[in-house]
Amino acid sequence: MSNQATTSGAGAPRKRAIDKVNASLKRRYAAERRFHLIGMGAVILGLSFVAILFLDIISKGYPAFQQTYIQLQVHFAAGMIDPDGSRERDTLVRANYLKLVRDALKEQFPEVTDRREQRALNAILSPAAPLQLQDLVLSNPSVIGTTRDVWVLADDDIDQFVKGHIKRDLPQSDRRVKDQTIAWLDVLDERGRLEKKLNTPFFTNGTSREPELAGIAGALMGSFYTLLLTLLFSFPIGVGAALYLEEFAPKNRWTDIIEVNINNLAAVPSIVFGLLGLAVFIGFFGVPRSTPLVGALVLTLMTLPTIIIASRAALKSVPPSIREGALGVGASPLQAQFHHVLPLAMPGMLTGTIIGMAQALGETAPLLMIGMIAFIVDIPGGFTDPSTVLPVQIFLWADSPERGFVEKTSAAIMVLLGFLMLMNLAAVLLRRKFERRW
Amino acid sequence: MQSTLLIVLLGVFALAYHFGCKRAVSVAGGAKQIRTLHSRPSYYGLYAALWTGLPALLLLGVWAGFQDTIVTALMKAELSGAMTEGMSPGRVELLLNDIKNLATGNITSGEVTPKIQVAADHYARLQGIANLTLWALALAIAGGGLAIAMRQTIPQMRARNRVESATMVILILFSSIAILTTLGIVLSVMVESFLFFRGVAPTEFLFGTEWSPQTALRKDQVGASGAFGAVPLFAGTLLVSFIAMLIAVPIGLMAAIYLSEYAPRKIRALAKPVLEVLAGIPTVVYGFFAALTVAPFVRELGESIGLAVSSESALAAGFVMGIMIIPFVSSLSDDVINAVPQSMRDGSYALGATKAETVRRVIIPAALPGIVGGVLLAVSRAIGETMIVVMAAGLTANLTWNPLETVTTVTVQIVTLLTGDQEFDSPKTLAAFALGLTLFIVTLILNIIALHIVRKYREQYE
Repeated sequence: MSNQATTSGAGAPRKRAIDKVNASLKRRYAAERRFHLIGMGAVILGLSFVAILFLDIISKGYPAFQQTYIQLQVHFAAGMIDPDGSRERDTLVRANYLKLVRDALKEQFPEVTDRREQRALNAILSPAAPLQLQDLVLSNPSVIGTTRDVWVLADDDIDQFVKGHIKRDLPQSDRRVKDQTIAWLDVLDERGRLEKKLNTPFFTNGTSREPELAGIAGALMGSFYTLLLTLLFSFPIGVGAALYLEEFAPKNRWTDIIEVNINNLAAVPSIVFGLLGLAVFIGFFGVPRSTPLVGALVLTLMTLPTIIIASRAALKSVPPSIREGALGVGASPLQAQFHHVLPLAMPGMLTGTIIGMAQALGETAPLLMIGMIAFIVDIPGGFTDPSTVLPVQIFLWADSPERGFVEKTSAAIMVLLGFLMLMNLAAVLLRRKFERRW
Repeated sequence: MQSTLLIVLLGVFALAYHFGCKRAVSVAGGAKQIRTLHSRPSYYGLYAALWTGLPALLLLGVWAGFQDTIVTALMKAELSGAMTEGMSPGRVELLLNDIKNLATGNITSGEVTPKIQVAADHYARLQGIANLTLWALALAIAGGGLAIAMRQTIPQMRARNRVESATMVILILFSSIAILTTLGIVLSVMVESFLFFRGVAPTEFLFGTEWSPQTALRKDQVGASGAFGAVPLFAGTLLVSFIAMLIAVPIGLMAAIYLSEYAPRKIRALAKPVLEVLAGIPTVVYGFFAALTVAPFVRELGESIGLAVSSESALAAGFVMGIMIIPFVSSLSDDVINAVPQSMRDGSYALGATKAETVRRVIIPAALPGIVGGVLLAVSRAIGETMIVVMAAGLTANLTWNPLETVTTVTVQIVTLLTGDQEFDSPKTLAAFALGLTLFIVTLILNIIALHIVRKYREQYE
C-alpha cells in the first residue's frame, strides 16, 4: 500500500495512505474508547448484580434475627398449675397455661371487657406463649406459687408491625393490625413491656406454620446429616476413581468412555439426578423417602464428577519424578501412589471435595423429587429420620404467604450463604497454604 | 439397627487387622524373625481385615436393599386372606402402610382394629427375625473370613500382592460408578418413559400443543382431559433460556474481554472472583430474588409505561437466570481468550490496529469456537435450571412468545408432577419421566457438541 503511494506520488498531490489513516484515526480512537467503556460497563453491571443481590437479601433478612417479645406479669398460681401439689410432670404438662397467659395480659388492660375486643387483645400473643410458660414451669418448678415478669413471644403480625413492615398510616382496612391493637401496643411500649430481643427460637426450633416459631434448626441438622453422608460416600469413591483413571487405567476404549461420561455427568441438569434417585433408590431399592440417606446418595452421584475431575488435576500436578523415585527404591506401584503421590495431591483433592460439598449444600431441585420437601417439624436425629435441608426449607418458606416468612427466608438464605462462604474460604486457604510449584 | 451393626462390623475389622498383624509376627517366630515374612506385618493385618470385612459388608448392603421389600411381600401374601377381600390394590397398600406405621409407633391413617394390631405385631416380629438373622449371618461371615485369613497366614503368603489386587478391584469398581450412574439415569427414565408412551403417542407428546396433565380419577370426572402435548413447555423453556442468554452472553463476553485485555492486574484480581461469587450462589436464592424482588419490579415498571405484565412473567425468570449464567459465560470465554497466543495479538498491534480492533478482528474470530462451546454449555445449563423457574415462572402451559406473559418450562412441570402424592403407574408421574428423558437427551447433545468444540479448539493452540 505504502509502496504504491511513494511510487505514484510524483504527479498531482494524491492522497497518501497515511492521510487516510490519519483521517480515520479519530473515528477509530472513538470506537476504541466506546469498546473500552462497554467492557467496563459489563464488569460494573456484573458486580452491581452481586451487590444488589446481597443488599436485597441482607436488608430483607437482618430483622429476622430479632423478634418482638411482650413482658407480662404472670401469677403462677399453685391452684391452677398443680392443685394437689405433687409436682408430677403429667400434671404440670396438662395445666391450663393459655388461661394463665391470657389472665396476665388482661391484667395489663383491665378496661377491655368486650368479648370481641378480648379476642383481639389475645391475638397479640403468639400461639406459642402458653408453651413458653409450660417450658418455664417444667424446667423450674419452683416458680409455682410466685409472680414473675416473663417475656413471651408476640404474634407474627405484631412483630411485623413493630419492625415497621406494616405502616401505621395505611387505612385500617388495608392493615392486618387494627387501630385498637396499635393503641394497646403503644401502651405496652410506654410501660417498657414491648421489646425486640435476639431471636433464639430461629436457631433452636424446627419449622412451623407460625412465622414467629419457625426456626432453621431442623433444616440445619438435616443438611448436616445429608452432607456428612455425602462426604463419607463421595470422597473415597471420588479419590479412588481418580487414582485409577489417572494412574492405572490402560488407555483404551473403555477408559475413554468413562472419561467422556464423567465430563458429561458434570453437566447433566441436577433435576435428572432427582429422577434417578426417585426411580432407582426409592422405587427399586426401597431406601426410605425424605431421609438424609437417600438425599446423600443422590448428592453423591451429583458431586462425584466434580471431585473426580479436581482429584485428577491434583494427581496430574504431582511430578513424575516422585513416582519414579518411589518405584526406584522398590515400592510397588500402589505403595508409590498411596505413600508418596496421594499425600502430595491431597490438598488439591480436598479443595475439590470442599467445592463439591458446597455445591451439594446449595442443591435443591433433586431433593424435591425424593421427598425432602415434606413438612417436618421435628429436628432429625439420624440418617434415616425424615428431614429437610436448608435450601429446601428456604424454598418452602419462600412459598408461604405470611409476611413474616419473607424475613425468615432471607435470614435462612443469609445463614446458608454464610456456610457456603466459610467452605469456599476454607478451600481458598487450603489451596494457598499447600500450593506447591514443582 | 443396621447402622449399629455397621459400627460393630467396623470394630470387628479393626480387631481383625490387629489379630492379622500379631498372627503374622508369631508365625514368623517373633519380632526378630520378621524378615522371613514375604510382606510387612501390616499387610497380613489388612489381608485379614479384608477377608473379615468385605463379605460381611456386601451381605449388609444387599440385605439392607431387600429386607423391606421381602418382608412387605411376605406380609402381603399373608394378608391376602380375609382382611383384604374386595379391596383395591391402593387400599391394600394403605393398609400395609398403616400396619408398618403402627409397628414403628407412628400415627396411622385409620382406626386401629384388633386385626390390624395383630398384623402389626406380626410385622414387627418379622422385622425382628430379619434383623436377628442379619446380625447372626454378618458376624458368622466375618468370623469365618477371619478364620480363613488366619489359616492362610504363613510366612510365604504374598499378602501385599493379594491386598494390592483387592485394592485395585475396589478402585476399578469406584471408577465404574460414573458409568453405572449414567446407565441408571438412562434406564430409569427410559423405562418409565416407555410406560408413558404406551398410553400417549410420542408424536402427540412431541408435537401436541395442549398440556393439561390432570388425569381422571373417576371415569365421569369433569375437566380431566389429560392432554400431554409438550410443545408449550418446550416453547416456554426456549423463551426463558433465550432471555437468559440475551442477558448473559453480552455481559459475560464483554466482561471477559475487558478483564483479560484491558483491566489492570489489580482490578482483574478483584473483579474476577467477585463475579464468580454469582456462580456459587445456590439457585434457590436466585429463585427467591426473582420471585420477591425482580418480578414485582418488572411488573411495576411495565405498569408505569402502560404494559400489562404478569406477576410470574418469563422476563423476570429469564433475567435472573441470565445473571446466574454470567459467570459461566465469562469464565469460559476468559479461558479461551487467554488461550489465544500472544503472537497473534502482537501481530495485530504491529499492523497498527487498536486494541478494540485486535479484539474484534483477531481475538474473537480466533476464540470463536471456544466461545460458542462455552455458550452452548451455558444454554444447556439454562435449559436444565430448575429452582429459578419453579419459584418465579408460572405453572400454566401457555404457548406464547410474549416475555411479559406467564410461561411454564419442562423442569417446572417435572417438579410439579412429582412433588405431592404420586403413584408410579399414573400417566401424570410417567409424563414427568418422559419430560426428564427429553431434557436429558437435549442437554446431553448440547454438552457433547460443546465439549467436543472446546476440546478441539484447545488442541489447536497447544
